[in-house]
Amino acid sequence: MRLYAMAVYLFLYIPIGIILLFSFSAGRSASQFEGFSLQWYGKALSNPFVMDALSTSFTVAVISAGIAGIFGTMAALALQSMRGRMRLFFDALIYIAVMVPGIVIGIATLIALVTVFGWLNPLLAAIWPEGQVPPQMSMGYGSLIAAHTLFSMALVIIIVRARIAGMDRSLTEASSDLYATPFGTFRQITLPMIFPGILAGVLLSFTFSFDDFIIAFFVAGSETTLPIYVFSSIRRGVTPEINAIGSMVLIVSLSLLIVAQLILQRGRTPRS
Amino acid sequence: MRPQARNWLLLAPAGAWFLFMLVLPLVVVLVFSFGERGPAGGYVPAFTLEQYLNLPARWTAFKNTLTLAPVGTMLALLIAYPLAYFLAVRANPKWRMMLLILVIVPFWTSILIRSYAWIFILGGRGIPSLLAMVGLENVRLINTPFAVLTGIIYGYLPLMVFPIYVSLERLDKRLLEASADLGSPPWRSFMQVTLPLSIPGVATGCMLVFILLMGEFLIPAMLGGGKVFFVGNALVDLFLQSRNWAYGSAVAVALVAIMLLTVSLYMRFVRRFSDARDDVSLM
Repeated sequence: MRLYAMAVYLFLYIPIGIILLFSFSAGRSASQFEGFSLQWYGKALSNPFVMDALSTSFTVAVISAGIAGIFGTMAALALQSMRGRMRLFFDALIYIAVMVPGIVIGIATLIALVTVFGWLNPLLAAIWPEGQVPPQMSMGYGSLIAAHTLFSMALVIIIVRARIAGMDRSLTEASSDLYATPFGTFRQITLPMIFPGILAGVLLSFTFSFDDFIIAFFVAGSETTLPIYVFSSIRRGVTPEINAIGSMVLIVSLSLLIVAQLILQRGRTPRS
Repeated sequence: MRPQARNWLLLAPAGAWFLFMLVLPLVVVLVFSFGERGPAGGYVPAFTLEQYLNLPARWTAFKNTLTLAPVGTMLALLIAYPLAYFLAVRANPKWRMMLLILVIVPFWTSILIRSYAWIFILGGRGIPSLLAMVGLENVRLINTPFAVLTGIIYGYLPLMVFPIYVSLERLDKRLLEASADLGSPPWRSFMQVTLPLSIPGVATGCMLVFILLMGEFLIPAMLGGGKVFFVGNALVDLFLQSRNWAYGSAVAVALVAIMLLTVSLYMRFVRRFSDARDDVSLM
């Protein structure tokens, strides 16, 4: 039994280990290890296309995780005290956002936004002052952030709601009995208690956005995110540079995941 | 402010986001699926069933998806169940949480990079070159259904282990003691107590994996090399290469319809097996 478990863990982690190992290879060959070197990291980090893609991915991940954190928490707080149809409607939306495959979300967002932009652009041109160049709406940063925020917001709502459900109600009741304003209660009682949930949700959202390929593939327009860059380079052939980029991507999401887990675990034990 | 009004204000941004970025796009796909292809690609408004009648043109993609997704789900289940059992029943409680986190973590890291690793392992200079050393020449692994299934199992194993673990962990150990006291050998206790009680977790895991597999694109694109392709690959082709939005939308609607059918079958199945609801989350 134990041997079997070890075999499955090896199966899960050997491929990750191989990528990490070969990213340190000194040789040109992507499949033969020839001494330790950091040269591929240097190559990757001095490649302007990689840096460009990295900064796009990072910007989109930070902004979408931030928006999802704020709006998702607000929604979770409202849903906690709601019953009836509106609540069911929102539950259904969250369920759909999580369950519909990324590829369908991707194409749906692409054709919907392209169609809406197709209507809005002539309209903008018509109402724009004479002699000035009207703005052209197109796919790019905006659509990437909007699409990633959708999934992340569902994620944050689910996590924060679980946290609120596990909260001790008597504390907020005591607070209002002692004449705290609703906002005071929120700031001094509710927020500190749900904060680990918010933080974990935001970190997971960042990881999702940073790693997402399929939605970005459709809605990125002329922008290139890091996963899109990696995907198109793999099409051109396997190189040690991709190992280095892949290792960096893995390390970023692994460390964020560990932090998120630690926050959620620590938040679970009541503090005095 | 009245609590009612406050709730509406708090919900407004998320609600607007869901309406504009989820409901509207899905409605657009549904509407477009009844339309026609424009002369230069894109979409021309119409009301026709032509796109749906044309679905058999992509039969291979549907056939591959509807065979490899269930086969992959079953294989993942066979590999995941003993591991979940080990974690829930046999593992040292001190390490249990740590071991469980180690299973879930890969699921949250880039599936792109993780399938890329398998190009490496299954490619010409990976396992085939090791096999050549022991005399098995010219074994081709990459770009075969085998490679795609390996990628699928690798990618979705964590999602299968977790719900099964949850249902096994909740199992009342006294039932097993009772079964042993009444003279059942361990394998019989397993077949008559443990296995039936873990069915809800098995069903949840299978449904999650199957649904995500239905929309898979990356694993067949990376490990199937254009020979083994899913509906997801057909969708990428239709929307990004041939720009046939109307037909692509019909394919997408068909895909979601198959998924909904699966979910409703699953709901029926689970309701029959247990009244207890499993709250399964991945964090």
